[in-house]
Amino acid sequence: MDGTDDAPRFPLPSEIADAPGAEDWRSMYPYFTRFQPEDDQRFWFYNSMHFPEPMPAFDTITAEVPYSAIGANTARVFVFPTTLGIEHRIINGRVYITAIPVLDDAEIGRRAAIFGERASYYYENWDSLYEGWKVRMRALIDEIESVTVPSLPEFEDASVVFSSTGVAQNHFVRENFHRCIDLFSRMWHHHTEMLMLGYGAYVVFFQFCKQAWPEISDQTAARMVAGIDVIMYRPDDELRGLARLAVETGVDDLFTEGCSPSLVLSALAERGEGGKRWLAAFEEAREPWFNVSTGDGFYHHHRSWADDLTVPFTALPRYVAQVRSGTLAARPTEELRAERERIASEYRSLLSSSEEQTAFDQMLGLCRRVFPFVEDHKFYCEHWFTSQFFGKIREFGALLARFGVLAEAEDVFQLHHTEVDQALSDVMLAWAAGGPPLGAAHWQPIVASRKKMLAAMKEWSPPPALGPVPTALNDPAVRMLWGVTQERIEAWLSPSLDEIRGFGASSGVVEGPARVLTDVNQIGEIRDGEILVCPVTAPSWAPVFGKIKAAVSDIGGSMSHAAIVAREYGMPAVVGTGDATKRISTGQRIRVDGDRGTVQVIE
Amino acid sequence: MNGPFVRGLAEVGVAGAAGAAGAADAVGAAGAAGAAGAAGAAGAAGAADLGGGKAAGLGELIRAGIPVPPGYVVTAPAFGRMLAAVDPSGSLADAVASLDPGDLPAIGRVAAGVRSRIVSAAVPAEVAAQVTEAYEELGGPVAAVAVRSSATMEDSAGASFAGLQDTYLAVRGAAKVLDAVRRCWASLYNDESVAYRRRLRLPEDGLAMGVVVQRMLRPRAAGVMFTRSPVTGDRSVVAIEGTWGLGSALVSGEVTPDSFTVSKVTGEITGRRTGAKLRLHSFRPNEPGICASAMPIALRGLPCLTDDEARALAAVGRRVEEHYGVPQDIEWALLGDDPACPPMHGDAADRIRVLQSRPETVWAAREQAPLATPKPRASDHILAWLEKPL
Repeated sequence: MDGTDDAPRFPLPSEIADAPGAEDWRSMYPYFTRFQPEDDQRFWFYNSMHFPEPMPAFDTITAEVPYSAIGANTARVFVFPTTLGIEHRIINGRVYITAIPVLDDAEIGRRAAIFGERASYYYENWDSLYEGWKVRMRALIDEIESVTVPSLPEFEDASVVFSSTGVAQNHFVRENFHRCIDLFSRMWHHHTEMLMLGYGAYVVFFQFCKQAWPEISDQTAARMVAGIDVIMYRPDDELRGLARLAVETGVDDLFTEGCSPSLVLSALAERGEGGKRWLAAFEEAREPWFNVSTGDGFYHHHRSWADDLTVPFTALPRYVAQVRSGTLAARPTEELRAERERIASEYRSLLSSSEEQTAFDQMLGLCRRVFPFVEDHKFYCEHWFTSQFFGKIREFGALLARFGVLAEAEDVFQLHHTEVDQALSDVMLAWAAGGPPLGAAHWQPIVASRKKMLAAMKEWSPPPALGPVPTALNDPAVRMLWGVTQERIEAWLSPSLDEIRGFGASSGVVEGPARVLTDVNQIGEIRDGEILVCPVTAPSWAPVFGKIKAAVSDIGGSMSHAAIVAREYGMPAVVGTGDATKRISTGQRIRVDGDRGTVQVIE
Repeated sequence: MNGPFVRGLAEVGVAGAAGAAGAADAVGAAGAAGAAGAAGAAGAAGAADLGGGKAAGLGELIRAGIPVPPGYVVTAPAFGRMLAAVDPSGSLADAVASLDPGDLPAIGRVAAGVRSRIVSAAVPAEVAAQVTEAYEELGGPVAAVAVRSSATMEDSAGASFAGLQDTYLAVRGAAKVLDAVRRCWASLYNDESVAYRRRLRLPEDGLAMGVVVQRMLRPRAAGVMFTRSPVTGDRSVVAIEGTWGLGSALVSGEVTPDSFTVSKVTGEITGRRTGAKLRLHSFRPNEPGICASAMPIALRGLPCLTDDEARALAAVGRRVEEHYGVPQDIEWALLGDDPACPPMHGDAADRIRVLQSRPETVWAAREQAPLATPKPRASDHILAWLEKPL
């Protein structure tokens, strides 16, 4: 960057070279995700929070559909005064986004009149609307679970004739696949229906805190809001319960470090009454609580506990050992609640007038009202629904594999959903005509080339932002959800070489050996006293927090899962570093400063 | 150690929570002792009159349970006795009183004359005897002490400037102590102080000053703290600055101190910066005076406080603030081994001493509009925010 004649800026989209070995990446993604020449004039940032890896073609649906829903809700449904929606583009497999602000005062005023009426209806009726939301979301989950993938046997089932339904099952291949995509879209509309308003309440409360106490950290403001009984802790609590039950029923000897889930489960079936009781409890906990994704619900390969029992079975032996030694403590919910109230009331008492105190009470009260939704929606949407959704798509992949179009079921995720549509048409036609589908020769080379390109793009380091430095950041979601502030942009412009910067999410300073994990399936590798360095954490990572000394993540803000759990465990955490997993390697000694939000590699 | 001319610090504490500011104000309006009401001559104004603002403040801290180095105050009547000896006819006071506030050369000439009379005259025998006795009671015949002026005049502007000048550290032996006391008395006639009184037309008769004598500390680290952020005014934090050794290196601006920001609510350290502490002021029990030297290289970039120590300091700051009811500006010292040694074992809180506390004045003087006012519905706060461009 040349500071002499030009204003500071980030690389322009048009200046980005193709990642070596992935020159054909454009063929993987739809035309509407491509940067246009005029996009050079705008500020874009890499959404590393949701998309920390290059996008497999199918997984772009987790950008396409959410941005379709977010924008609809902010721009068209609630008519947010200062923002329309979010545009996204893909380059070298990475998702960059920008918000379209409303800058004209008259236009803001016109929108504000509509927004006030619509938004206040939601705020004022939040609790009952959220109850209704849960009912609708459960219905969507039931529906996605009930979607069937036709098996296309040699002869159609007799009922089609004798009930004269008249429609053969190849028809339902497409209809049911579309059903999955449609349900996914509905889920995201409901997801953003309340979320943007929820974040609005957070932003206003946080801003007030920053004005009243300019030096308050986001994490401290968050602690005044944080809920205690949030669903997020439930999967981990279930595991603790199962560990207690294992000891109580005398089957605890089966839970040893490195145990195989399938061997343990089959051994339990042989263990009489105790084993039976445990298995019954296990089945009960599994549905729905094992529907937690090992990621954040944006990639097909972030499997859930239900898909891959290794994760819960890595935690169980340690919990069992803690039950035996009497050290498995329940979450001290009463203490946490008391501490939250203490913090809020001490800050409140620092305000200089009762007027301010009343305003503070209103803002905090509203934040706490929206908190259960803001926190719990993730379980319903990104974890439970999305695990089921990817599972169904995988079943369609199995159908394609059975008909030889794909080499294996998992390859379905290398096709965009419109391409899956085409491949399914191929199968529908072939089943009807009796000949072979033509897809093998067409899709399999494409799948192979895309897998290579994904691997190549993984090596590419995406710049944190593209285009000119914005003069103003107008979008509340961009600030709240992605933490993109002027300060952050400054830091992006002058990256520090020996210091990794992020958000201090939980205070304290510690040093220790790093353990870099890119996948939750590796959590068995963690040793006591190590510092976890990972791309992102989700509820399913909770079991490792008992072992580690500090946590560092590539993505996340002060309300992210890693932040909340780290505060509860009282360990330092730095989140949203962007690239800690790339700059730190396992075994290096690092210093994590949760107050300043920095990580240093010491040796 | 008590006599009319010497009092233990604990005995000059001001009753009530107004603190040093209140005491100073009461005395500033000369003769207002009676108006202080029920407390009477021995009450608020009386206490400050007796020992000066600084002594009254220290006494009050002691009574509030804040650890303060042991010491005593040479009272205002002692100064009165000295002044009576130096200026029996009152002609010196008259000469000062008739000075034109704009005539700085004359102020300089007359003030210098008064000062030289005070520092060269013998301390009246009765006063000298009581000061000597109290000194020896404090730590024996060669104990090192700090001698600091404690003006009964308002502890601000010219007076506090003078007060800054008139701290004598590591004074040893009764004769040296008496000499330092005389210099403190003379500081009442610093050019700046005299000019200040003349500008405000404050009376010269009834002028008085106390002198605080305290056991000299040998701190591991020392500095200042504000019980609100001096930068942002944030009342939820305590801002601490410190350096290795004596705080005089920091107060005089010879070092860039370490700074810590500690949350009053959570105890978290939300800000820290390690300064380039290039100079060290120290004091060795067997050597005279203060030793100013280059900071040992190993200590320059090393924070002078552990996190626990910073938190313990903030907790003391909070107690002082709670006692006075308004944010404070506090001088502190932390006892312990030589800076080069690892931190001492034991509770950091037990090693903290407060040397002085004054109300914070800069932010206190700023009027602030309310940050938010209640609205009919809670959600109106969000609507109002989202409706304006960011």
